[in-house]
Amino acid sequence: MRLNEEEQMILAGKSGPVPQQALKHQMLVGDFFGAEDFVAVTQAHIMADTESLGEAGVGWLEGLAATAEGQRRVRIPTITDPRGTDFSKAEFLGQTAAMIDLERRAIAAFVKLGVVMTDTCINYQTIQAPTRNEHVAFGDTGVVIYSNSVCGARSNFEGGPSALAAGLTGRTPRYGFHLPEQRRATLRLRVDFTPRSLNEWGALGGVIGRIAGNYWAVPVIEGIEAPPGSDQFKHFGAAMASFGSIALFHLVGHTPEAGKLTNVAPAGLISRRIARADIDALQQSYRKDDRVDVVVFSAPQLSLFELRELAGLCAGRRFAVPLLAVTSPQVKPDCDRMGYTASIEDAGGTVLSGMCFYQSYAREIAEAKGWKRLATNSAKLVNILGGYGYQPMLASMEGCVDAAVSGRLA
Amino acid sequence: MSSDARVYRSRQAMGRSVRGLALVAHDGFSARYDLDRIAGIFSRPAHKLAGQSYVGRILVLDTAKGGVATAWMLHEMKARGVVPLALVFNSVNPILAQGAALGDVPMLAGFDENITAAIPNGAEVEIDPVRHTLTLLDQGPVR
Repeated sequence: MRLNEEEQMILAGKSGPVPQQALKHQMLVGDFFGAEDFVAVTQAHIMADTESLGEAGVGWLEGLAATAEGQRRVRIPTITDPRGTDFSKAEFLGQTAAMIDLERRAIAAFVKLGVVMTDTCINYQTIQAPTRNEHVAFGDTGVVIYSNSVCGARSNFEGGPSALAAGLTGRTPRYGFHLPEQRRATLRLRVDFTPRSLNEWGALGGVIGRIAGNYWAVPVIEGIEAPPGSDQFKHFGAAMASFGSIALFHLVGHTPEAGKLTNVAPAGLISRRIARADIDALQQSYRKDDRVDVVVFSAPQLSLFELRELAGLCAGRRFAVPLLAVTSPQVKPDCDRMGYTASIEDAGGTVLSGMCFYQSYAREIAEAKGWKRLATNSAKLVNILGGYGYQPMLASMEGCVDAAVSGRLA
Repeated sequence: MSSDARVYRSRQAMGRSVRGLALVAHDGFSARYDLDRIAGIFSRPAHKLAGQSYVGRILVLDTAKGGVATAWMLHEMKARGVVPLALVFNSVNPILAQGAALGDVPMLAGFDENITAAIPNGAEVEIDPVRHTLTLLDQGPVR
């Protein structure tokens, strides 16, 4: 990779060993993908739950954090994805003291590195959305696909180590979706219906993700009548990224780079049709049982508007099985203040903050709580949890709340 | 190496040379979605390698799937010795490359042919990231 003067100084260790190590890591990745140089980034977002980090990862972070003050802090605003717990609810979740200790150690290390502990995967709704053409280094696939597609920003999937490296150096290798030519559509899809509910938006994202199939594919989608709202885009993109590892889509007429099809699609791109039956089939494929052990709203964390809707559905109900609603630390105080938390918890539910269900030792929670059959309105969550030993089922928010009352999914 | 050893060239490569037995499937890969990382097996029921151990094997798969956790998880799996020996993919996303870099797991990606069809499951292979090559040394068990 071609390095400018500042990058050569970092590589030579003039800024200390932590940025030096970070730049070396970035050069390995950049060389792998043929990046010619670095691009400056304005924000970084780190996915670093301790289930992923393990003892090894936390020890690695603590090693960086032990470096002398003045040589270890991030250079740009660097924030965090959800943690592995909500400390106030860890006992309820059946999480062990060892898990909580690991979380506390990771947080202490991040704070020493200058990282801002926002603990959210909806930073584009709660912290600061990136702007069009802004180069950023974001982790969490749902954050990246939303930022690229809906905001028109430029990011690759930056895993925790690389996002931290970007925070420490203020740059990232220029490859992938930082390059205009990589943002052109590679497949064209026509949808002959507009999803109604969040689970339908997620299911459509899942169908498209499966068709697209790999990170370098860029779907352009036609046929959506009205502009989706932020929560609809959120579930649509998060599922597409989860099912297909997709980082960018274009919605003709509704996303900033695709005012017209020809703005993003080469001539002659063959169109493939997606019908309502396709999303019905995806949802039905998860319905192996009608009994439910737990209902979870998470992945991505819920916005204030989602919690408002959920609270309305919970009012006056009494749950037979646990219902969990997970949001960000930024939204939770408003959820409390507006009375939404009380509505959900008076019915027997639990509102959690700063975590995400699948990033919080989901396998161990299943064993501790005896939860296997899980209902959710998140297509992303059903895609992930099969590998954790759950039998996840996808349904509407209304259907999931009804299932919490009766113990059965209609 | 037998005289009929076949060599495949990758466009992308990282890490050091290793030799071992290939575990092959035309399927995706995500450490979070697909693995029981404690038991060292593929755990997602729908995965074509469900129930099989990946420990010490050269994984030959189609493409990277899912989220960003693999970037940390390869490092964590390496520390416990419950990690593939190397990764060979038709295509990878940045997360696998970032994870392989942190976890020091050799990796090749991008071939002219479908590498999951070219390499038999159980074959003995050698990968050389410096030369960007995968060498099929032995076809493995006859099926």
